[in-house]
Order: sequence, then C-alpha cells, then structure tokens
Amino acid sequence: MTLPEHARYSWGGDEFLLVEIAPDMSLEANFVSNSIAEGLADRALDGIVDICPANASLLIRFDPDELAYTELERTVRELETEVRKATVQELETRIVEVPVWYNDPYTSETVARFREGFHQRPEGTDLDYSAEVNGLANAGEFIRRHHETPWLVSMVGFVSGLPFLFQLTPRERQLEVPKYLSPRTDTPPLTIGIGGCFTAHYSVRGAGGYQMLGITPTPIFDPEQKLPDFADFMVLFRTGDIVKYRPVEEEEYRSIEAEVEAGTYRYRQAPVTFELSKALEDPDGYNRTLLEALNGA
Amino acid sequence: MALEILTPGLSTAVQDRGRFGYYRYGIPQGGSMDQFAAMLANRLVGNTAEEALLECTYLGPKIRVDARTILAVTGAPVEVQVNGTPVEQNARLELQPGDELGFGVLKGGSKFFIAVAGGIDVPQVLGSRSTYPIGKMGGFEGRALQAGDVVPVGDAAAETLPRLDRAPEEFIPSFDRDVTVRIMLGLYDHKLTEEGLQNLTEAEWTLTPVADRMGLRFDGPGAPWKDEEQPFGAGQDPSNITDAGYAVGSIQIPGGTQPIVLHRDGVSGGGYAQAGTVISADMDLFARMSPGTKVRFRPVDMDEANAARAERNALIARLWS
Repeated sequence: MTLPEHARYSWGGDEFLLVEIAPDMSLEANFVSNSIAEGLADRALDGIVDICPANASLLIRFDPDELAYTELERTVRELETEVRKATVQELETRIVEVPVWYNDPYTSETVARFREGFHQRPEGTDLDYSAEVNGLANAGEFIRRHHETPWLVSMVGFVSGLPFLFQLTPRERQLEVPKYLSPRTDTPPLTIGIGGCFTAHYSVRGAGGYQMLGITPTPIFDPEQKLPDFADFMVLFRTGDIVKYRPVEEEEYRSIEAEVEAGTYRYRQAPVTFELSKALEDPDGYNRTLLEALNGA
Repeated sequence: MALEILTPGLSTAVQDRGRFGYYRYGIPQGGSMDQFAAMLANRLVGNTAEEALLECTYLGPKIRVDARTILAVTGAPVEVQVNGTPVEQNARLELQPGDELGFGVLKGGSKFFIAVAGGIDVPQVLGSRSTYPIGKMGGFEGRALQAGDVVPVGDAAAETLPRLDRAPEEFIPSFDRDVTVRIMLGLYDHKLTEEGLQNLTEAEWTLTPVADRMGLRFDGPGAPWKDEEQPFGAGQDPSNITDAGYAVGSIQIPGGTQPIVLHRDGVSGGGYAQAGTVISADMDLFARMSPGTKVRFRPVDMDEANAARAERNALIARLWS
C-alpha cells in the first residue's frame, strides 16, 4: 500500500480547506489524516472553527476574518511533512465492544419494504446479497466474517455521531458491498449497515443506502447524556476508536435494552495503543493482541 | 414574558447564528438560513446579533403576546398583521398584551424572521439555541413549534432602542426569480467531464421543490462525471468518492444529474463528489429563492470571494453602526 507522495489541497469556498491524503481508502491514509488533524488541534490557531478528519481526507473550516487562507495552507503543509516523517505511528485509543442482533426482525421488516426500485437484488435479503457478492456460502458466513475481526472508526459524521468503520484485515479479505441503487427513506435507529468497505451505525432513524445487517441495543448519540458513557459528551465515538462486534440473540438484546432504559448500561471497553506498523505487518496476530486487551477488561 | 403559539405555520423554529465546533461529530452548524435578515430583525428590536429568533417557512404562525412586546419581521416579503390589520414589514412594531401577530401569503423567497426584544429564551445546547430536528436537540424541545407551545422571551437588555426603527433600502435584499450565485470550483471538480463543468457553470438551473435547510436540489441539463475506474472504498458510481467531509455550501451532483447545494442543516459528510462551493457571502441567497427560481452558478477565485466577504462585512458593520 503506497500513498500519493503529497496530499491534494483544494478550497471549499472561502471558509473550507479539503486535504485529500489519497482518493482510495487505506489504514495509512486514515492515519495521516488523523495525525494532521491532531497536530492542527494542538497548534490551537485562532480562526480554526472545525477540524473534521475523514476516512482518507480531512476537512478544515476556518474564519478568513481571523486566519488568512495562505497561513492556514502553510501550517497544514508543514504538519503534513512532519506527520509523514514520523517513524513511530501510534494512537492512544480504546477498544469498545458493541452487541449486535444480526438478522433481526426490525431491519428485516425494513429490508422487505425497500426492494423493487431500491435494491440490486429485489428477491432475497440484504444479508443474502452481501454474502453472495463476497463469494460466501450464506448469510451466516457473512455475519461471522463481519464480527470476527475488529473495526476502526475512520470517520464520524453524516448526522449526529454516526461512525464509519474500516475493517482491520488485509484488503483482499475485507468485506465490500455496493450501496442501494437508490437510498431508502427509512432505516431503524441503531441499524448496523455496510456500504462500500465501511460499516456504519445509524444513530437516528432516517434515510440510508447501506445494506442492513442487524441492530444494536446500545445508543451512540445521547443528547440528554443519561448513560454514564456519555457523561463527557453526547457522542460516543471518536475517530481512532476500535470496535469489536459481538453477536447476541433476542434474549440478550432485550436485557441490554432494559439496562439502557434504566440508565445503567456501560460499554465494555479497554484502553489500547494502536501501532500502525504492527497492524500492517501481522494483521491477524495484532488483532488477537487487541482482543486480548478487551477480554481482560 | 412569552409568545403563545396559536397556529405554528408550516415550519417555524428557533434559530440563531449557529452551532460551531461540533461538525466533526456530524452535528451541523444550523442557524438562520438568511443570516443578514435575522441580524436586521434583531437590530430593529434593539437586540445584539446573538439573540435567538423565529425562522418561518412559507406559511407563517399565529402568535399571541402576553405583555407589551417589541418585535420586527424581516426576510421574505409577506403581509404582516396585528389583530388582522396589515402593518409594516422590516420595521419595529409594538404589540400590547393580548395582541395577535399573523401573516398573509408569502410574495417571494421562502424564509422570514420574527425577532422579539430580549430574544427567544430557550436553553443553549452546545453553545447555540438553534433547532437541530434530526438530532432532536436545541431550539424549543428540539423541534419545530406546535400549536399550544408557550415560547419564553428573555428580558430586553436595551434601555433605549436604536434610532433605526425601519430598514433603509440598502438593507432590503432582492427576491428576484433570476439569481446569480458565486461559487468557487474545486474539491472534486477534476472528476467532472468537460461537458459537466460547462453545464454547471454556464447553464441555467431551476430550483426544485426538494429544498430545505439541509440542501436544495436544482434541475437542469445535468453535469456528468467521468466514467473512470473508481478508487477502493469509493463505491461504483462515477459520482461516488471515499466518504469525506462536506463543506457547507458545497455542490454535489449524485449520478451527474441534479446539483444539490448543502445548506446550514446539511449532513457533515458522505460519499458524493462535490464540484465546488458557494462563497460565504452568497449563502443567504438560498433563503430568498423558492421553487422555480432560475439560478446561474458563476465561478470566482479566492480573491473575489474574499472581496465579496469584505463587502458583506462592511454592510453588516453599517447595520450595527
């Protein structure tokens, strides 16, 4: 995996700067984008309004009345050079477990409502289709492949705290599925979907184009900050978080749902240092190390 | 002091200057869609630019006041009525306890604003009183107003009201049905075909009814993207990119057909390529359009965009002087 030598800089009007590390998705591009975002936040320049690290790019909003665009570009280019020179690429982060009821009745009902005119394969389900395009035997096999490796939150956005997650496994083993031909107008809240190479958690009910796999009982956006994991902020995920999905059946889904309702639910999680070189050299071995950290929690 | 909502209108919600610093979590900036009109309304009633007000869409609400109330209506031209009698728009009004504020039919644009001396006094969420309905947060209980709501008004700070009690001509914008919007090409414009680029910047585009605070969709000849091999992670359609952040005001063209301009409640990111961005000085124009408005997107460079911004800042400075 080699990145373009330099990022592509482009202005989004007079208030936004786009820095595209690479047009295609990779762990390396995500790492560079996040590191530049962190470096820029550390510099605390006057006139920076928002720093939004994305999958393989970075969007910066600035106030041109306080910060000249030339000054911003110079600073970001400097940071880019620094980040690319850094020999140690690690990230202090955490691994979080998310329970998923795969092939649940809520998303299945929605799947059935949006077939003809929306989906590539109106007959069958999103799970059947996802298994087939990945050359897998059946939906059960697809589900296993989805939860057996951890995923990295590579971007947060779209609407209220929605995370995009990138699978921590070599590209040839990553699951990849087309998005719906035409987006659905409805998706149950807390649906787990997959589109392109990304998993997404739909934070709120609404439109969506990802194939629906299942549903989680655990919230990721809590504007009233009722649950302990939201004491600091109403959004759960940060870019760089690592997620392990754990399949659950109806009984456990209901009992977690009750804990959430009672305001007592806590995500199982553990702090980890994510080291890019180790993740790239020995993906399977490194994933085992990450999961051990979680299992010790 | 409070406003009692007798009928809510089509969509009336609390807005202010916006919520900044949370875009990276998918929480949009929000805020009044026509910032200049909102500032004018606040100015006329003696508020600062920070006070929250009501943004109305097409069909206005009917409101009863419970105390002597100083207010002003600005933005899209509409007949303003007090107890059924027409009164002046873009001017300071004084209502007595029990008076009812109502509206006739909109004569252009889509958004008008009601500012009240003291401002709408709902709690700040993440530094703003703007309503974000998708996240059910901010504004009045995180939603548009409904009949029966009683909306609190803050204490008016100004002892003496400003001399400006009606807006002079230079503060009243145009609601023309032919609009030129200045854009800066960029972002992913290299993915457009020559024809696509030419259509975007030279053709006439018509605003469709699919237009709200999130985004506005335009109809026209289309603007095709190059049919190239797509990068890993981007998705199969030539208009797809690896999901990235969206600039407010950026213009995406899903499937190369209808351009969509993202506005203040827009999604913060996604997988559609954008060919350029509306300059900050022209963002208010979209609140002054209605379906059928003809738009041309005129490309400018950064220097022109900054000159336009300086010109707008000077107008704002005159408003507050």
